[in-house]
Amino acid sequence: MKRRIFLALLTLSVLSLALFSCAPGESDTGTAGGGAGNEIPVGEYGSLTGSTATFGQSTHNGIVLALDEVNAAGGINGRQIRLYTEDDQSKPEEAANVVQKLISQNQVVAVLGEVASSRSLAAAPICQANRVPMLTPSSTNPQVTEIGDYIFRACYLDPYQGESLARFAIDELKVRRAAILTDVKNDYSVGLAKFFKEAFVKMGGQIVGEQSYSEGDSDFKGQLTALRASNPDVLFVPGYYTEVGQIAIQSRDLGMTAPLLGGDGWESPKLLEIGGKALNGSFYSNHYSPDSPDPVVRTFVDKYRERFGANPDSLAALGYDSMKILAEAMTRAKEIDSTQIRDELARTTNFKGVTGTITMGPDRNPIKSIVILEIRDGQITKRTEMSPPGMAPPPAAAATTDTIAGGTAAPSPATSTSPAATP
Amino acid sequence: METFLQNLLNGIAVGSIYALIALGYTMVYGILKLINFAHGDVFMLGSFVGFYSASRVGQYLGQTPGEPSWITATGVLFLAMAICGLFGYLNERIAYRPLRNAPRIASLITAIGVSFFLEYGGQFVFGPDPKFFPRLIEKRLINIGGATITSDQLIVFFVALFFMLALQYVIFGTKIGRAMRAVSFNYETASLMGIPTDRIISFTFVVGSMLAAVGGILWGLSYAKIDPLMGIMPGLKAFVAAVLGGIGNVPGAAVGGLIIGIVDAFVGGSSFSTYRDAIAFVILILILLFRPAGLFGKSETEKV
Repeated sequence: MKRRIFLALLTLSVLSLALFSCAPGESDTGTAGGGAGNEIPVGEYGSLTGSTATFGQSTHNGIVLALDEVNAAGGINGRQIRLYTEDDQSKPEEAANVVQKLISQNQVVAVLGEVASSRSLAAAPICQANRVPMLTPSSTNPQVTEIGDYIFRACYLDPYQGESLARFAIDELKVRRAAILTDVKNDYSVGLAKFFKEAFVKMGGQIVGEQSYSEGDSDFKGQLTALRASNPDVLFVPGYYTEVGQIAIQSRDLGMTAPLLGGDGWESPKLLEIGGKALNGSFYSNHYSPDSPDPVVRTFVDKYRERFGANPDSLAALGYDSMKILAEAMTRAKEIDSTQIRDELARTTNFKGVTGTITMGPDRNPIKSIVILEIRDGQITKRTEMSPPGMAPPPAAAATTDTIAGGTAAPSPATSTSPAATP
Repeated sequence: METFLQNLLNGIAVGSIYALIALGYTMVYGILKLINFAHGDVFMLGSFVGFYSASRVGQYLGQTPGEPSWITATGVLFLAMAICGLFGYLNERIAYRPLRNAPRIASLITAIGVSFFLEYGGQFVFGPDPKFFPRLIEKRLINIGGATITSDQLIVFFVALFFMLALQYVIFGTKIGRAMRAVSFNYETASLMGIPTDRIISFTFVVGSMLAAVGGILWGLSYAKIDPLMGIMPGLKAFVAAVLGGIGNVPGAAVGGLIIGIVDAFVGGSSFSTYRDAIAFVILILILLFRPAGLFGKSETEKV
C-alpha cells in the first residue's frame, strides 16, 4: 500500500515537473548578423497568452516587422538590435516579474510594452527605478506616463478618447441617455468610463445607469437587467474584447437594442468571432483605420499582410510605430545607454508613423487624432475621424473638459466625417 | 417587477448548472466523507470535450458542419459524459482508492492536488486563452411577462431537471442506488453484507462526473466562453450550494444550487455586483455558523 502511494506521488511530481519545464517562457526574436557583444538588447513584454492574447500577439508582430526593417537597413549606426520577448499571460503581477527579468538578466537598454494600462502600471515603476526607458505602444490611461520621466507612450490618452466618444454619441448618434458597464479590475476601463461620463454630462447628456463587472466574468445578465430597466439609448462598455463580445450577446439575449459604444480595448480580430451579430450597429474608437489612403499606412498594411497573412489591427500598427520611434531615438543618441535613449525619445518630433504624426509632449504623451469605427454586418469600417485642437499636449487633468486649449478659438475636436468604406 | 422576474429566471438557469455540479460534491461526500475539490475541474473538462469534439461529432452523425443541430448537441453531450465518467473512474481508482484507509485529510489534500493538476494541465494542453463554444442549438428569444429569456436558458433548465430526476430514480429506485445508500449509511457494515463497496464508490464517481460534464456542456451553451480555469468559481459555488442544502443530501444540493444561482443573479443586478462571488461565501459562513447541517440535513453528532 505504502509503495503504491509513493509511486502515485512520484508519477504526479514527475508529471508536474514536466509541465512546468515546458511552460511557455522566453523566446528570442533576434535577427542574424552582428557579433553578440555588439548587439543592442531591447526588451518587449506583452500578453502573448491569456484573456487579451491578441493584444500581445498583434503588438509583437508589429514590433518584429519594424525590427527586421531596421536591422535589414543596417541597424543602429551599424549595430543590430536584439529583441528579447517575454509573455506576461495577461496578468499584471507577471508583467512586473518579466520586466524585472528583462532588465536584470537580459540587460536591455529600453523596454517596449504593454497594451493594457493595468499591466503597464505594474511594470513602469520597475523601469523607472532602474532608469530604463519604457515606451508603451497602446496604454491610454493617463497615470501610466505619470509614473516618471522614463515612461513614454505612442498613443493618445483616455481623457481625449473618452471625450471624443462622448462627442460622437451626442453629435453623431444624437443620443442623450447613456448607461455604463465598467470592468472594475481594469485601470483602463475605470479611467475611460470616468472621462466619458464627465464629458457626456458636460455636453448635456445623462448617465442613466452604471454597473460594473470583473475581468474574467462570464455572466453579465444581472448587471444588464438593471441597466435595461433604466432604458438607455446607448450602452457604453469601456472593456476588452473578450468580455465585450459576451456583453453584446447577453444584452441582445435580454432584448436590449441600444447600440454598444466602446474604446480601443475592443480592437481584436476575436471581437467579431465572439460577439458576432450581437455587435451589429455598435461603434468603437481606434488609433488608425487600415483603409486610409496615406502611403505610410498602405506600405505598412501590405507588408504586414504579406508577412502574417492577416490585416494589421491598430495594436500591430502601434507596435510597429513604437519600435520605429525607439530605433530613431537610438540612432540620434550619441551613445547607446538608457539615459541618452530616454533624452532622445523625449525629443521625438514630427515622426511620420502609421498611426499619425507623433511629437512627444513635455509629459511624454503624443497628441494624435482618433478614428471611430462602425460594426455593420460583420464588417468594421471607418465612421469618422477627430483631431485634437491646439498643438500643445494638454495636461491630463484638464483634458477631461472640452476647453482643452484654454482659450483657443476652437475648443472642440474638429470632426470630419468620411463615407464608410469596406476594408 | 420586470427586473425582479428577469433576475429570477436568469438565476434559475445558472442555478440549474450549479445544482448539477453540487450533486457530484454531495454524492461523493455522502459516500466517502470526502470533498472532491477536483469536481469543478471535471466540469471544465466536460466543456472542453464539447468544444473539441463538436465539429467531429457533427460530421460523424451526418450533420452539416458548423450548423446548429439537436443531434450534434445530444451526441456531444453524451460523449462529454462518457469521457468525464471515465475520468471520474480513473481519478478515484488512481488518486483516492490507495488512500482509502489513510487519514481523511490525506484524501482531501490529494483532491486539491488533482484539481491543480487539471487546471494547470489544462492550461498546458488547451492553452490559457479563452475558447468560444460553438453554437450547437439555434437560439430564440422568448418573452415572459416583460422578461426575456433565451431558448438556451430553457434547455439548460429542462436538461438539468431531467438529469436530476434521473439521479433521484437511480438512487431510490434501483438496486445499485440502494447499495449506494447502504455504503453511505455505514461503509463497514455494507461491505460485511456483501456489497462490493469499491465498485459502488467507483460508480458514484462516474455518475457525479457525468453530471459535471452535463453542467460543462450547458455552461458552454449559455456563456460560450470556456478556459482551463473556468471550473474554479462555479465549482466553489456548487460546493457552497451542497453545504447549503446539507452536504450528503441529494435534493438539498439541487435546491442549494438554485438558491445560489438566484442569489447570484440578484446580487449581479444590484449595486454590489462586484461582490457577487463574495456573497456566495458569506452564505457559506452563515450556514456553517447557524445551521452547519444545511437546510435539509439532520444534524448528527460525530461518532467517535
